Amino acid sequence: MSTGALYNDQPGGAEAAVEAGQETTPTSSGTGAAFGLFSSDFKKNEDLKEMLESNKESLKLEAMKRIVQLISKGKKSSDLFPAVVKNVASKNIELKKLVYVYLVRYAEEQQDLALLSISTFQRALKDPNQFIRASALRVLSSIRVPIIVPIMMLAIKEAASDLSPYVRKTSAHAIQKLYSLDADQKEHLIEVIEKLLKDKSTLVAGSVVMAFEEVCPDRIDLIHKNYRKLCNLLVDVEEWGQVVIINMLTRYARTQFTSPWKEDAVFDDNEKAFYDSDSEEKQGQKEAKPYIMDPDHRLLLRNTKPLLQSRNTAVVMAVAQLYWHLAPKHEVSIVTKSLVRLLRSHREVQYVVLENIATMSIQRKGMFEPYMKSFYVRSTDATHIKTLKLEILTNLANEANISTILREFQTYVKSQDKAFAAATIQAIGRCATNISEVTDTCLNGLVLLLSNRDETVVAESVVVIKKLLQTQPTQHSDIIKHMAKLFDNITVPMARASILWLMGEYCERVPKIAPDVLRKMAKSFTSEEDIVKLQTVNLAAKLYLTNSKQTKLLTQYILNLGKYDQNYDIRDRTRFIRQLIVPNEKSGTLNKYARRILLASKPAPVLESAFKDRDRFQLGTLSHSLNVKAAGYQELSDWPAVAPDPSVRNVEVIEPVREWAPSVGKAKQPKSDDKFYSDDEEKEEEGSGSGSEDSSSSSSGSSSSSEESGSESEEESSEESGKTSSDSGKSSSGSEASSSESEPEQKKKKRTKKATQRKSKQSAADSDSDENGSGPVGKTSSSSAESSSESDSEEDSDVDSPPPPSPPQKKTVAKTKPKVEVKTKKEVSLLDLDDFSPAPPSAPKSSVFSSSLLSDLEGLSLSNVSSAMQVTTPSFGPVKTYELLHHMTGKGFSAKYHFPRQPCLYQPSMVAVQVILTNSSDHSLEEIHIGDRSPASLNIHCFNTVERLEPGASVTVSMGIDFSDSTQAANFQLCTKEDQFSVSIQPAVGELLMPSTMTEPDFCNEQKKLMGMNETSASITMATANTSKQNISKQVLSVANVGVVSSGQNDLQRFAGRTVSSGALVLVTLELREASTALLTINTEKSVMASMLLRDLKQALSQS
Amino acid sequence: MIHSLFLAKEKAGDPENVAPVLQTPHHYLISIYRDKLFFVSVTQTEVPPLFVIEFLHRVADTFQDYFGECSESVIKDNTVTVYELLEEMLDNGFPLATESNVLKEMIRPPTILRSVVNTLTGGSNVGGTLPTGQLSNVPWRRVGVKYTNNEAYFDVIEEIDAILDKSGTTVFAEIQGVIEACVKLSGMPDLTLSFMNPRLLDDVSFHPCVRFKRWESERVLSFIPPDGNFRLLSYHVSSQNLVAIPVYVKQNISFLETGSCGRLDITIGPKQTMGKMVESLMVTIPMPKSVLNVNLIATQGTYTFDLSTKVLLWDIGKLNPQKLPNLRGSLSVQPGAPKPEENPSINIDLKIQQLAISGLKVSRLDMYGEKYKPFKGVKYVTKAGKFQVRT
Repeated sequence: MSTGALYNDQPGGAEAAVEAGQETTPTSSGTGAAFGLFSSDFKKNEDLKEMLESNKESLKLEAMKRIVQLISKGKKSSDLFPAVVKNVASKNIELKKLVYVYLVRYAEEQQDLALLSISTFQRALKDPNQFIRASALRVLSSIRVPIIVPIMMLAIKEAASDLSPYVRKTSAHAIQKLYSLDADQKEHLIEVIEKLLKDKSTLVAGSVVMAFEEVCPDRIDLIHKNYRKLCNLLVDVEEWGQVVIINMLTRYARTQFTSPWKEDAVFDDNEKAFYDSDSEEKQGQKEAKPYIMDPDHRLLLRNTKPLLQSRNTAVVMAVAQLYWHLAPKHEVSIVTKSLVRLLRSHREVQYVVLENIATMSIQRKGMFEPYMKSFYVRSTDATHIKTLKLEILTNLANEANISTILREFQTYVKSQDKAFAAATIQAIGRCATNISEVTDTCLNGLVLLLSNRDETVVAESVVVIKKLLQTQPTQHSDIIKHMAKLFDNITVPMARASILWLMGEYCERVPKIAPDVLRKMAKSFTSEEDIVKLQTVNLAAKLYLTNSKQTKLLTQYILNLGKYDQNYDIRDRTRFIRQLIVPNEKSGTLNKYARRILLASKPAPVLESAFKDRDRFQLGTLSHSLNVKAAGYQELSDWPAVAPDPSVRNVEVIEPVREWAPSVGKAKQPKSDDKFYSDDEEKEEEGSGSGSEDSSSSSSGSSSSSEESGSESEEESSEESGKTSSDSGKSSSGSEASSSESEPEQKKKKRTKKATQRKSKQSAADSDSDENGSGPVGKTSSSSAESSSESDSEEDSDVDSPPPPSPPQKKTVAKTKPKVEVKTKKEVSLLDLDDFSPAPPSAPKSSVFSSSLLSDLEGLSLSNVSSAMQVTTPSFGPVKTYELLHHMTGKGFSAKYHFPRQPCLYQPSMVAVQVILTNSSDHSLEEIHIGDRSPASLNIHCFNTVERLEPGASVTVSMGIDFSDSTQAANFQLCTKEDQFSVSIQPAVGELLMPSTMTEPDFCNEQKKLMGMNETSASITMATANTSKQNISKQVLSVANVGVVSSGQNDLQRFAGRTVSSGALVLVTLELREASTALLTINTEKSVMASMLLRDLKQALSQS
Repeated sequence: MIHSLFLAKEKAGDPENVAPVLQTPHHYLISIYRDKLFFVSVTQTEVPPLFVIEFLHRVADTFQDYFGECSESVIKDNTVTVYELLEEMLDNGFPLATESNVLKEMIRPPTILRSVVNTLTGGSNVGGTLPTGQLSNVPWRRVGVKYTNNEAYFDVIEEIDAILDKSGTTVFAEIQGVIEACVKLSGMPDLTLSFMNPRLLDDVSFHPCVRFKRWESERVLSFIPPDGNFRLLSYHVSSQNLVAIPVYVKQNISFLETGSCGRLDITIGPKQTMGKMVESLMVTIPMPKSVLNVNLIATQGTYTFDLSTKVLLWDIGKLNPQKLPNLRGSLSVQPGAPKPEENPSINIDLKIQQLAISGLKVSRLDMYGEKYKPFKGVKYVTKAGKFQVRT
């Protein structure tokens, strides 16, 4: 029935031969009739031979088509070989291709005749048409005849230096074929691979890496020099090549870079569920740590990230596994969303992705917990999908979500798919053991299931209850009694055996029932299953030891039955037990210990995930999927303790990236690594306004300017880009080194510089609030030009100072980026925060954030604001302070908090909270820090532990909380060395916003987009004191952290803000009507927030 | 080898339950099941399973594209084209050309007219030149495209995936959307599609033609489109937004403890339809195996009950808010069989034209690079995806 393999099975090739199998039983005769004329009869082949030898092309073509149909049905047609081979030089392309199909199929069995065709191919290899050259090489290399190996070798070598990248790509494929035909050619082939790896064409990259993986995966030294090129080409390589390259680079990186995980351990907790990937900020934090990521390592992570958006599921999975195996722990979670997206794809894709998520979710619950509902089972899912989802849900269960999960499980238990229901019961058992809070609930639930009508469900419940009781052998005798009652009705052997075991194990808790059960078993012993018999013997032995008076005779009876059982295991066990428990003259000392042997306390079984040991395999691989090491699986090595010399990857001159590719469409696509995150630059490059020019000139004064300009010039002439960027690497590393040396001095300098810059920018913002618009600039450009020239000269001196290039301090492109961000962002965002004393943001040495550094970095959090409307700092500073911990409950330790309404510096999605800790007790408090939080997924940036707080003293610390745009309280524990206090912060809805400046037209535009569902309004009556414009805005601003939109109309007041977490716009309009009434309208996507805000505002405005 | 797949199939019962990755003594089988066909690939070494699965689906897509359907008979009728296609799609186990635009340039899809012409003239279906796309930077588009009517259509299709519980409360709901494009424009047009509210899009994946960078910075889709039909974008609407559920279901399915019958009563009504008409409403209920037959009356539409698969299908059509469709009657259950543990879940299919339920709106489409004025159009449709009501 199957159409038969289309390609020969070549060992070593990951070969996909596609076959169309039929679902139902074969009914091939129907279609077979159409070809019946030619199918079986040998003579009919004569007919074909004649057609092939005719002069008419159309006849030949017809003949070849029929032959291909014969092949497809697995019919023999090799006797036609000579007649077919003659047509190999045909001019008709279709005929030729069909001949190729035939040739590749039969060449191996007709070697001598196949040689006849070789000269034709050799000729074709010299053809001026690249298409013909390529296909000749393709077929030549597919003919598996050992005698032509030298010819193939020669052809491959020539094709590897062909002018056409398409032919070179074909030669890369030919390498693998030749290698599988004759492994002795390895050395020569490696030479060709080495040459092709240097190729700059995106066409070749994927194929040659495939050949590399096939022929010499251990020769990573060949990759060094091409590493950066491959990283940079990656986005433009075709999708299949991307998968291969990403997998290879994952292995490479694990041998070349040091682990980014060790130092992370501290951070990990704080940054759980960190979805907003703001890598600048992370790098900024990283810098304070002694671990410094190799810039090449960073390059790889950065260049693969956009591929998460690929439509090819294999590419997405490849990137996900790369992040899993290579990225710092807190960055891994950016792949979550993409993986969850893949669950919408075909069933088979779901299966593989779920398997991988199952493995990931064991180690990192936090990654997938927010997406828990995506793993809810539907009754229409295939069984293996259901089981995997169940597995993941079980892995994700924790104290906070267990009730939700159990409710969901309740539905599953009732499923008509009984195998799935049984699996659910197992899952409930696992949750019960893992989360002690719910053990009793689960146990009760399972006991209820014992009266279920379905046998498999009951059986599974018994087995699980047995395991649970074992972990909790307290006072559960009633459950055991209940099970004993059910015993007669349960027929599934495993369940019966489990109950018997329980009786035996806890026979002292159910002294009356156990002997009775044994009595029943003695009656039915002969008709039981083996496993039940064994447990009966076991029960008898245990009872004999504890209660020999009642059970002695019963035991002997059972032992006698067992002695003559058909199964030798049972006979064996019986004999052993008898010797052990019944004292006689022969049995020695063992007898004395019988009680201790049989009734020893047994360790409880650990119920754990079936995916627990799968993490030994690289994610996304076949081996992982099968949980078996597949042939050709390459182990992922452990991180080296010391990184090998990174300079091996340095390339002298990086030539233009794509000489072969005519740059038509994707010219603007990112090729260069250093542009991915610098949104500003991109905007500047693409926008043509004069405003943009000015900001770029002012930022080019910053210390990594050379890098920026490098990327810009690349846009114009990619020729130079390589040189410049490598230069910039050197120069910035120099400046880096020097900056760390003469830090204090520079600190001062930079401070002054920044002040001027800020001022100049402020004026710019005043005159033109639209950052990258093309409005008139006038004065602005001149003032910023001033500042840029000033900073220029300063930077020059930085670069000039002699660089002592010690490797650990060496930082290149990637490291310097955060600084750019800090500066440019500062200019736009920290307009009126002059009172902070900024430290140089580049201080990489300080391991703890000093408060001034923190405030300096504050601007970072805004870096993902992309639209024309920038969020600004608040124009109204409220000082509403809330009680966090009263000194009575806190035993003299009290805490208050307020919302400073500043953008949070830790993460843009967090709300900044300042906490004032006061010690009003009579002894000093030590080690004040934040302990457990709930829900566990709550994303808090804790303040640094306060080492010591003297009596009477107080200290202000700041923290960041991600409320995810909801007013749900953040609960956490405030701990001192001795005590811990549960506290909670509940934000008013207005505190979850950040003000946003926009012009009136902008406001109206945005408002139009947020009509209908997104609009909430109410008419309100205001207190008379509030009717003046100033008072209204004062009241509104006190309630919500929004910005005033200057308006031309007197009776309209507008306020704009964004939600902190998701950045959704919140637009507030207040339309004054007659007699102190007004219409209050809120436009936002967040309808829940809108109604809450409306309520708060209404209240505030109606009070005087 | 193939035998073990069929063994696995038999074991699993339903072919959909066959694990896509199987191990046999000497080979690994990676298979997909689509349109009642297994597409199987055989490998002996380590390979990312998704790599193969994705490729197999691409092959099936290509067949679909070429032959209009992907069925056993079609594949058998077109063996030669199938061989030719596979020859171009795969070289020694490594995918070559998988873009349909490129393939169509090399091997023309069979049409009746062409086969007539070919038999008369001896012409062929196989192109003689290397497709330009193979070498260019825009492999998805061929050069020299010419149309007399230049048009570009975009369909915004959103699907609501939801699980509702017995009482009608939403257990889980999300919106997934795609933008399917049909672009027939001459030359090398460079298009820019922008949205009124791009922030709605939470997670996106693009056709390779979309410039990722522009999306990152400006939230616009900038691309040189492939010629013909393609999926430009698929997206997921951020889960923080509440999902509007267009219909509600009042249902009562019960089986009597004794006796061999049960009752069924289902009413469907509009909930949040944004003033639009709900069309193509269809209810599918997989009944428990013990249900023998049903005896129901539908106030609107028709129902069928498949005796072998026990699937009850109720095709309602348009939802009339004035007169809500209702289906009620009795179910006859196999005598003696125990009462089914769980009531069957109700799967709902529907369609709402001219509405993207998430509120997504395309604001404009601009074209650069070509001089002519194209005809542009955007259509919105909301459908039910995996929309399930637990009972």
